[in-house]
This record gives sequence, structure tokens and C-alpha cells, in this order.
Amino acid sequence: MTDKGNNGVDEMQVDVYTHEQRKKGSIPEGFNADYLKLYYAKLFPHVEIFKWMSYGNDGKHPARDTSYFGRREFSFTLDNDVYLRFQSFNSAAELENSIKEKCPFKIDIGPVYSVDPAKRHAYAQAGDNVFKPVERELVFDIDMSDYDDVRYCCSGADVCLSCWPLMTIAIKVIDFTLREDFGFNHILWVYSGRRGVHCWVCDGRARRLNNEQRAAIADYFRVYKGNENSHRKVSLAGPAMHPFISRSYADVLKLFFEEKLLCGQELLSTEERFQMILDMIPDESISGQLQERWKASWRPSMSKEDINIVRWGQLKHILQSGKQKAPVLRRCVEEIVFTYTYPRLDMEVTKHMNHLLKAPFCVHPKTGRVCVPIDPEHCEDFDPTSVPSLAELLEELNMAGSSNADSGWEGTSLAKSVSFFKSSFLQPLLKSCKVFLPPMPSELECQPIQLVSAGVDYL
Amino acid sequence: MSDGLSRGKKPDEIGALVTELWKEHMQHPNPSDVMNKDIISHFVLRLVYCRTEDLRKWFLSMETTLFRHRFRLESLEVQRMLMSEFKLPFKALSNSEFEAVKEKLGQVARSINQPLPTVDSTIFKVPFEEVPELVAGRRVYMLKGDAYVAMNQVASLVVTQFRSHLSKALVLTNRKWTSMIQEQEKDRLTPIVEALSSSYLGPDYSQPKEYAEISIKDIDRVANSSFPLCMRHLFDKLREEHHLKHGGRMQLGLFLKGVGLKLDDALAFWRVEFSKKVGTEKFDKEYSYNIRHNYGKEGKRTDYTPYSCQRIITSTPGVGDHHGCPYRHFSEENLRAALSKMGVSSRTADDVMDKVRHRHYQLACTLTFEAIHSCSCDAGINHPNQYFTESQKILQQRSQAAE
Repeated sequence: MTDKGNNGVDEMQVDVYTHEQRKKGSIPEGFNADYLKLYYAKLFPHVEIFKWMSYGNDGKHPARDTSYFGRREFSFTLDNDVYLRFQSFNSAAELENSIKEKCPFKIDIGPVYSVDPAKRHAYAQAGDNVFKPVERELVFDIDMSDYDDVRYCCSGADVCLSCWPLMTIAIKVIDFTLREDFGFNHILWVYSGRRGVHCWVCDGRARRLNNEQRAAIADYFRVYKGNENSHRKVSLAGPAMHPFISRSYADVLKLFFEEKLLCGQELLSTEERFQMILDMIPDESISGQLQERWKASWRPSMSKEDINIVRWGQLKHILQSGKQKAPVLRRCVEEIVFTYTYPRLDMEVTKHMNHLLKAPFCVHPKTGRVCVPIDPEHCEDFDPTSVPSLAELLEELNMAGSSNADSGWEGTSLAKSVSFFKSSFLQPLLKSCKVFLPPMPSELECQPIQLVSAGVDYL
Repeated sequence: MSDGLSRGKKPDEIGALVTELWKEHMQHPNPSDVMNKDIISHFVLRLVYCRTEDLRKWFLSMETTLFRHRFRLESLEVQRMLMSEFKLPFKALSNSEFEAVKEKLGQVARSINQPLPTVDSTIFKVPFEEVPELVAGRRVYMLKGDAYVAMNQVASLVVTQFRSHLSKALVLTNRKWTSMIQEQEKDRLTPIVEALSSSYLGPDYSQPKEYAEISIKDIDRVANSSFPLCMRHLFDKLREEHHLKHGGRMQLGLFLKGVGLKLDDALAFWRVEFSKKVGTEKFDKEYSYNIRHNYGKEGKRTDYTPYSCQRIITSTPGVGDHHGCPYRHFSEENLRAALSKMGVSSRTADDVMDKVRHRHYQLACTLTFEAIHSCSCDAGINHPNQYFTESQKILQQRSQAAE
């Protein structure tokens, strides 16, 4: 099978690699600089990323800010672990060429600064923070390893279909709240390539938030506090729960806990595991009672019901029977459910405008998987173990042959992801950027550069 | 006030403190003199605290706290008047708007132990960006980007405006100062201004003293004898797990710098530990940069100062973190265990726990210090490096006396 690719790479050679890899049965090898070069040449959606990052400023309308894209920071991590910060580009072509030339193992996206990052040193003398971030998407990073104390199937870098529901829960809770409570509309969820998900909120209003406001949103979402040094990590005291909390519990957490995680993780099946839950009950007579009962019944009960479900029912019965009046017990069941399900965010990622986050459609060096978007409407169908990998995609490219010269990803497993990105996220976003409205009064106090870009897009 | 905040006093306690301090310092039979004193002192402070980012941050935080409490102490009527006087662009809900969200507003009120809003209550619908602290604490109903703020929460709204206004003013003051006034006033105001700001904040341990210099071979010994519990815990965890997350690296790393550990020794120390878990290559690639950054050798070359107790107490350690203040962040059980490991008797531990229960975390640490060194510490601990310095002083005095 000899194919002559457009950029002169000998594709037959790649074919041989792939077959050999397959023969060896090794997956981690499905990532190397050669594969990546091809990926950037044929598959990575350069133009779509450029269009996204331009937020309509690459168009024709009179109020566009032609400096906007050039003020965005990118960073590249190269093969030899060399780290290039403050990369900036003035056009789609510059971005594409630089990526193809440098072949970065990882591309991070930073904020839009007040001036072109490449010129930052010229402004350092002026003092008073003339070089600073002025716009940046509101971002979230959820990492499965933060849940290691509540999942038993894997730990550390691994994920599987038993623990992935934790990510599904995070997406559902956060996505709904961002739209309903905060009024955001242009939200992109991306698989991080290995063990988590990222969220990009791209509304103009979100991009203009300062660090304090971002921290406030992160804190609004924070429920789980503490670590191995403290005992009770979720505290839902008070005569009522905030509507956001009660809604999350009723619509998502309770369901997933009782229908997926309880049995999937076998949370009450062994003494070690059920003791962890019993330790969360701040009443020793109750926890002691359950402990005795469960220690005594090692054999599965007569009914066919899963032992986790049976025990959970017993626990709920005692705690919710109405006989418990102590305020500290009032929401004990909810607190347990929250501890095992509620999203755990990396607060630092969200709080800082200048935090760099990996770009969608990068390939994860350790897994070879592409960081594809996730559709929040159907996130429960997302399967991290079947995300297209670099090796698979290149194989598909070979099969397709010379019929696709330009849009390399069409006809491959990546097609679905790119077209979802375009139709569900990019198009609606760019449409909203086209509407021109005069800036809000508070924006007139900003520096001149901000004034111009603030007028261009409006949510 | 700064002291009160670092002791974790609750808002109404701070309010009482403000009233007391106001009586003590600002009282004058003539009301217009009181107002003058108020105005003049504010502007003097603006001048003194405009000159660096740190000073501005501190002043902004204190002045905003003071403003918040003074605003709160006024009646609702006065607050309403002030809001219209400031021309704040916030609209109250109409009756029909209120009815639509009444139930949810009630739920929020109950969740924070506040009275239920009625049709006569004034509720403001404001963009959530205006009330970040209310959003952070989930103290407002949120719908499509608007926060529903009750009259008794309005202080937050006004305070945010106050702070933003003052922040801009401070930057302008600084510009004027550096460009013109500092030079013009070099014989008159300038020396006073410079002396005022440094004496108030106290030592920040950015320049370690000579006798406190330690080298890498001393570390285990001095950790055992002179580290406060927060740093002891981080140090032990580092030795145990050969790793610390970012918050821990910062808190411990800067402390060690303040204690006199030189950059080369620091790099060696962290490399020894981290390489056991991640290997020397990865350490050199990923972690050594940050250590050099802390010593002002990278990036914008700021020489970072070690964290004070106030900063450590108000930090928020999360999953896998070991930084923060153990007196605040540990459960009682874990704290007692840690104290006993330090050699504190259970009698003393009881006293310590009592302080903790009343949220006097620094007093708790001071008690621990006194118990371990068998002597009193009148100054009270407000900085981990102070704990170390005092401890070393005592131990050296003792070993000298023994000679």
C-alpha cells in the first residue's frame, strides 16, 4: 500500500509502524513525534481553533479589533521538554505554520493580554501592570485523581467505566448551573485525554471576569472542603439547602449514587468500605448499631438484592426515619452522597486569569488519545476508553487514501468531534459575536485597548 | 482590626471591635472635628499605603473591612439613603417580580439562617459580578446571571463599589507621588510617610538574620526543636511521602527561605526528597524552577516573603494538601495526635483545644510554644518564622548558659 502524501511523508512507513505496533499489542507506543507531525499536518483543526480564538475579530465588520488574536498567549511544550511561553500569532497561517514546524507535544491556551505577549518586555519598565491579562475564558478542570478516596476500581492516572460516572456527574451539575444560575450559553466541555475533563465558558461576560469574580464562582461550586487531616468534609448544615445544592442533589447526585456508584463501586460491601461511610455519621450509637448489624451479616441475604443496596436502605431508614431530631444528623444522608459524588474542582485553575489550559484536540502523550469535545447533553454516553487515538486515526487516514487532500479529518473517527465542535459550539458562538452593541458604562473606564475589543462581541 | 481578623473573629465580633476602637481613638466633643479626623486620617493613610502593591493590598483590605462595618452599623434607612446618594445603579424588585421568585428567595434565606423576605422587603436584582462575596458564600439566589440581594446584604454591594473606587484612587495617588510629590516633599512629608508604613506591618522575614542561618545538615534537628506545628507537619509529610502539592511547597519553601536556608541548600533538600518519588530528572525539569522563582531568581524576580499566620490561617487546603494552619484545619483527633508527637502533655493539649474551639488559633500555637520550651512567650505568635526565631534564641541561650 504505497500512498504519496501531500507533504511528502512516506506513508507506507507509517503503515508498517502501525502494523508492528498492533502485532506487539502495545498501546502507549502509539505516540511519537512522527505520528504527531502527521496529525498536525492532516487532522488538527487549525482553522477552527483560530476562528474560535478570534471571537469574530477576524471578520470584516467595522468595529473589529485586528490586534485581538495577536494578543492571545499560547504555550508549546516540545519533545525535549522545552517549554515555550508567550507564543503569539497574528494570523491563522502563522499559528498553523508554527504548530506544524515545532510539533509541540502539548499546546496550552492562555489569556488575551493588554498587549502582544511578544512585546511584553517593552512594557515592563512602565510598571503599574501595563502588561496584564484582559480577557480569558472561564475555565474548570476536573481530575479523577482528586476522587481517589471515594473510588475503589482504579487510582491515580487510571480511569474506567466504573468511575467515569463521577465525571458525568461533574459535567451535568456544572453545565446546568453555569447556564441556569449564571446565564452563560457558550460552554465547551473537553476530554483531557487521560483522566478528567475541562470546561471552557466563552461568553464575553465570562471572558471579562476578573480573578475575584472567578474565585467567587469557584467558591459557589465548592462543597467538599478539607482532606485527610479533617473528618467531615461536606457540611450541609442549616434549615434548608441553597436551591443550587438541593437541585443538584435531587436531579443528579442522588440518582447517580443510588443507581450507578453504590453498586459499581461496591461502597458498602466490605468492612473497610462501609466503615468509611459509618465514620461520617456524627452519632456513635447509630453508626455502632449499623456496624454491628453489617459485621454480622457476611453472607448475602436471602433476597437477590445487591448487598450495597440493602445496606444503604437500612442506613437511610435509620437516619431519615423522622425520629432523628439532632440538627447535625439532619442532612447526614445527603452529606454522604455529596462526599461520594459531588464535583471536585481544582480551584486554582478557575481563579486565575493567567492560568494556562491545554487546547482541545491536542493528543495526550501518555495515552495517545485526542482531547475531544464532550456533548453535555449526552455526556452519559461518553466513553473515555473509546476515544480516537493517534495511531488509530493515522491508520484510518491511510485507509482513506488520497481522496481527502485538505480536510483530513473527514472520514475518520475525528470527523464527529470536529463537526460537533463546529456546529454546536463554534457557530452559535460566532453568531453571537456578530451583534454589535455599545459597551456598558463600566467598560468605558478601561484602558483604550479594552474599549475597542469590548465593543466587538456581545453575548 | 488586622489582629482581630487573623484570630478568625466572626463579623459581628469585628463590628463590636470597630465600635470600641472608634470610641477609643476617634471620639471628640465636636462632631465636625470627628469628621475631620476621619477624613484627614483616611487621606494620610492613602498617601502612606499607596507606594507598593503589597501596601496597597493590605490597606485596601483593612479600609474595606472598616467601611463594611461602619456601613453595617447604620440603620437600613441610612443605608438606603447612602445607596441613592452614591448613585448606585441597582433596581429593587417589583411586586410581580418578587412573587415569581419568592419561594426560592425563602429557601436561600433559610439556608443561611436569615429572616424570610416578605412583599415589603427590598430585594435588589444585580449582576452577580457586583457581589462576589455573596456569590462565593451561596448567600444569594442566582438566576441567569443575576444575584438577588436582600437589604441586609446590601453592604456587599456598596463595599465592592467602595473598594473598586479606592483601588483606582490609590493607583493614581501612587503615580502622583512617584512622579512629583515624593521629590518635592523629601524634607517634609516623605520621611514620615516612609517610616509610618514600615513600622506598622512588622517584620516580614524577607531578610533572614545571620544567627538563624541553617544548612541542610541542620534541618532535621531544627525541624524537631524549633518548627511550629504547621511547618513540622509539612516537613514530616515531605519526608514521608517525598512529595508536597503546590500550596505545601510554597508555605514550607518560603518559611525555609526565611529561616536562612540558602538557595543551593534548598534545591538540594527538595531534590533529595522529590527524586525519591519522581526522579531527579523530573525534579530538575518541573520543580526546581519554582524554587528558584521563590528566591527571586526567575520570572519577574520578586523576592517572595514567607507567609504570616494570618495568611496561612485563611488559606483553604483541599484534597491532598497539607498546608494551612493545623489548629484551624485539623480535626480535634488529628490535632491532639500531632501535638502529642511534638511532646505536648495531654493537660496542655486540653488548653490548646480550648483556644481552638474559640478560634484563637495563634493563641493555641503560642501555648504550644510555651509548653515545649517551658517558658512564656509574651509577644504571641503571628508568624511561623517568628516562632522559629524565638525558639532558636531560647535554645541558644540555654546551650550558652550550659557551657
